Amino acid sequence: MTVSEWPKQAVSWFDERLPVFTFMQHELNEYPTPRNLSYWWNFGSLAGIVLVVMIATGIVLAMHYTPHVDMAYDSIEQRIMRDVNYGWLMRYVHLNGASMFFLLVYIHLFRGLYYGSYKAPREVLWWLGIILLLLMMMTAFMGYVLPWGQMSFWAATVITNLFSAIPLIGDQIVTWLWGGFAVGNPTLNRFYSLHYLMPFVIVGVVMLHLVALHMHGSNNPLGIDRKEERDSIPFHPYYTIKDALGLGVFFIVFAVFVFFAPNFLGEAENYVRANPFQTPAEIVPDWYFLPYYAILRSITFDIWFIPAKLIGVTAMFGSLMLLFALPWLDTSKVRSARFRPIYKQVYWVFVVDCLVLGWVGANRPEGHILIIGQVATAYYFLHFLVLMPLIGWFEKPRPLPDSISKAVLERPAPPAEAGTGGAE
Amino acid sequence: MMRRGILAALSAAVIGLGVGASVSAAEFEAPPLQDWSFSGIFGAYEKASLQRGFQVYREVCAGCHSMKLVAYRNLSALGYSEKEVKAFAAEAEVTDGPNDDGEMFPRPGLPSDRFVPPFANDQAARAANNGAFPPDLSVLTKARYRRMGWEGSDYIYAVLTGYHDEPPADFQEKYREEQKKKNKDREEKDKKEIKDFQVAEGMNFNLYFPGYQIAMPPPLADDGVEFADGTKATVKQMAKDVTTFLAWAAEPEMEERKRLGIKVILFLLVLTGLLFALKRKIWADLH
Repeated sequence: MTVSEWPKQAVSWFDERLPVFTFMQHELNEYPTPRNLSYWWNFGSLAGIVLVVMIATGIVLAMHYTPHVDMAYDSIEQRIMRDVNYGWLMRYVHLNGASMFFLLVYIHLFRGLYYGSYKAPREVLWWLGIILLLLMMMTAFMGYVLPWGQMSFWAATVITNLFSAIPLIGDQIVTWLWGGFAVGNPTLNRFYSLHYLMPFVIVGVVMLHLVALHMHGSNNPLGIDRKEERDSIPFHPYYTIKDALGLGVFFIVFAVFVFFAPNFLGEAENYVRANPFQTPAEIVPDWYFLPYYAILRSITFDIWFIPAKLIGVTAMFGSLMLLFALPWLDTSKVRSARFRPIYKQVYWVFVVDCLVLGWVGANRPEGHILIIGQVATAYYFLHFLVLMPLIGWFEKPRPLPDSISKAVLERPAPPAEAGTGGAE
Repeated sequence: MMRRGILAALSAAVIGLGVGASVSAAEFEAPPLQDWSFSGIFGAYEKASLQRGFQVYREVCAGCHSMKLVAYRNLSALGYSEKEVKAFAAEAEVTDGPNDDGEMFPRPGLPSDRFVPPFANDQAARAANNGAFPPDLSVLTKARYRRMGWEGSDYIYAVLTGYHDEPPADFQEKYREEQKKKNKDREEKDKKEIKDFQVAEGMNFNLYFPGYQIAMPPPLADDGVEFADGTKATVKQMAKDVTTFLAWAAEPEMEERKRLGIKVILFLLVLTGLLFALKRKIWADLH
């Protein structure tokens, strides 16, 4: 490093004019981080890296893709998959990357739910996270339409039609969204335009998410604030290496899908060209939308004068909007579920409920499946609207440790708590 | 607690995917799984089988089914020489133009051309096939894949070999059982009379096609083609070969993909191992 002095001088010259190096030193190097973060804290940075992968592969794919109803399918299946050098790799990375992105973000979100990361002073950080999830959903949906296969077309039809549930102006809104009187070329074109735009909006919100994170730093498995100096360790090298290790493991999983099961997570029906005159036997979204789809289809009854469709759409959007209020719906002062004996149990019931909703979403809403879906939907709302406030009031939390370092350093690591640890 | 919860959650997720995928509107027998040379992480297409399969496609399927995404030049991947590829292309007639006089003109196909479809358009295809549309075969194995079930190739092989002149007796028995089961869930007024499966006019019984009947007449018959390499052209042999060819057509990148995948994963395993060692070393002073 000491070969010459001039790089150092150049750095400080530049830094005095634009403090990028100071910024990186503060936010990536010495940034104080709780010393007890488990591997559950890897998923945010992993999601960030997948976002970069998605943008990089997406830009290359956009160079070869043609957004036209007569050419979109061929431009992917013929040109990108067969003729473009490593086009198949770009396409399969992008295709499976979407699934991986949601997988990581869902784990990230459920980690936040378990350890109470949404509580003061991190409410805005949590909000930004939900906004990111919503933006991702919009982006993923529009991207799914681009190959113009059967599922693309019918997913676009079903989802845009949801807006027709809006009273009075619903139909006009749908026509406006389509750019015509049916899903067609104008729809495909605007989806392509927005699919290219949205990731950069996501990047912007990710920045805000990080600014909000760095205001108070990460929450931690104990859910208590840092009090002493030895509660924190610098981000680098401790968490840079921990994140890098997690990235290595994640990339192995990612690569298994891309190279050996590239179509496992998708719908085979989307390899059939879009045909507006033939509805597929089943219109099923990709796995990451299944729980919401289940909620939407669980509402099969009108309430008073409100039609089922409107209630279903409201319930579906509401299931997400509810998350914004979570910091106040959860009335417990204790963040980490580790010290909340009742919430800890209820948390896992909720996880199972979400998986049940996913399973229901993949099946026809008939017979006992419809009933299960309705019960699971009701439980979803019950969890947030009734159980969370009530448990916070009545639950007696276990005593919190005095400080992070006391808990981590002055006690043998508790082997029963798998969440703590990782490799420490 | 967390670890146990995750295991439960993961297994539920896997079951969810599987069950979700097994729902279908029309009933059909699940195709039996075959032992394909190209499945598995080291799987590769068998060149001789690909060539025989292409011959079956060319002499049997191509009469009705297009393969618009495949170009003649791609056939070199089957082990054909440049000269052979040119000859295959030249068998087709391509409409080109307009020339300097503004006229469209026919010319023999070139390796750069895509497989010329048998019909001018979908309507012509339907008109020639009793109203049924023979689907394009380019990516059919990908389109008939069933997660946690079977490969598209298993399905295609099953349909090609699943014809019966009459619905077999044991099938009829099972069919009646299915109906009884369905009737059980129905309201009294919706209950249907239990009867044998009837093949519709102009349709053919096929155990593995959704709805148990298909418009396509049995395409393969023993010795329907004469293989250049002397292999006996049984229905099963032809079905296996043409399915292999279709699997290649749908995923021509498969061999390269798997080879690259093995390298990538080996690299990542080594890298992750090193990162793991580094992580332990860096964190050692914290405890």
